[in-house]
Amino acid sequence: MSIYRFAVHIAPRRGILDPQGKAIAEALHALGFAGIRDARMGKQILLELDAPDPAHARAAVGDMCDRLLANPVTEDYHIAPVESP
Amino acid sequence: MKFGVVTFPGSNGDYDALHAVRDALGEEAVYLWHKSHDLDGCDVLVLPGGFSYGDYLRAGAIARFSPIMREVTEHARRGGPVLAICNGFQVACEAGLLPGALLRNKGLTFVSAPVHVRVENADTLFTNRYRDREVLRLPVAHGEGRYVADDETLRRLEGEGRVAFRYVGADGADAAGANPNGSVREIAGVVSESGNVLGMMPHPERACDPALGRPDGLAIFRSMLERVSA
Repeated sequence: MSIYRFAVHIAPRRGILDPQGKAIAEALHALGFAGIRDARMGKQILLELDAPDPAHARAAVGDMCDRLLANPVTEDYHIAPVESP
Repeated sequence: MKFGVVTFPGSNGDYDALHAVRDALGEEAVYLWHKSHDLDGCDVLVLPGGFSYGDYLRAGAIARFSPIMREVTEHARRGGPVLAICNGFQVACEAGLLPGALLRNKGLTFVSAPVHVRVENADTLFTNRYRDREVLRLPVAHGEGRYVADDETLRRLEGEGRVAFRYVGADGADAAGANPNGSVREIAGVVSESGNVLGMMPHPERACDPALGRPDGLAIFRSMLERVSA
C-alpha cells in the first residue's frame, strides 16, 4: 500500500446558471480587470488515501466523485494527482 | 393514519411538521431519528426542512446516506407517501427519489418570505383537496431552492402532470418577480414518476395553524389522508 494524493475540482456544469461566478465576474469587472469573459465558482477537495497502486487509487476517487462528491445533474469534476508535500 | 417525521442532525422543520399533523390535522405523528432503521409502522413519511449536516458538500448530499434513508427509499418504492419539504426536497433529489437538483438562489441571498404558488395538478396524492389552479400563500425560507433539471426531464415532468406547484403572482397569473429563487419554469414542487413522493420548497407545515395566517398548506396533509385511508 502507498499513499496517494488527489485534488478533485468540482465546477457547475456549463450552461447551468452560476450566480456566484457571475457576481465574481462582475466584481472583477468593477475593479477594472478588463476582458473577463466568464467566472465559475466551484470547489476543491483534497484527498489522501491508501491504495495498492496509482490505477486503483484513481479509480477509487472516480467512484467517490460519481457517488458523493459531485452531483451528476449539475456539476462536472476533474481529478488531478497531487505531488507529496 | 400515522405520520413519521425524520429528524436529521440540523433539521429544524421537524417540530413544525409534527405540530401540523397532530394539532391541525388531528392524526398521529412521531419523530424518526435518522440513525434508526425502523419506520415504527408509519404510513406517511415527512422529510422536513432545515440544514441537515450543515448543508456540507451540497444541501442534502450527506443526509441522503443517513441510515434511515434506506428504509425511506424502500417505503417510497412500495408506493408509500413521502412529503419532502425544503431541505427534505434537497435530500430527496440527492437520494434519487425525485429528478433534478436544487441550487443556490439566483439572487444569492437567503429568502424568507411568503410566496404564492398555483396548484398545477389537483389530481395527485398531495393536492386532491385543492381546486385546479388554486393559488396558495405559503412561506419559503431557503438559500438553495433553485430547481434545475435537464430539458428531457422537464419535458417529462410537464407532460406527465408532475409539476405540482408553480410560483405565481398573488392573483394566480404568471408574474415576473414571483419566483423567489430563479427555479426553471417557476417550478416550486414536483412529484415522482409513481406519484407518491412530493418535493417542494415552500413550507405547507408552517401554514396549517390559523394562528399563523392563512392555513393554505393543510390541504396537502388532508389530501394524503383522503387517498391513503380510502
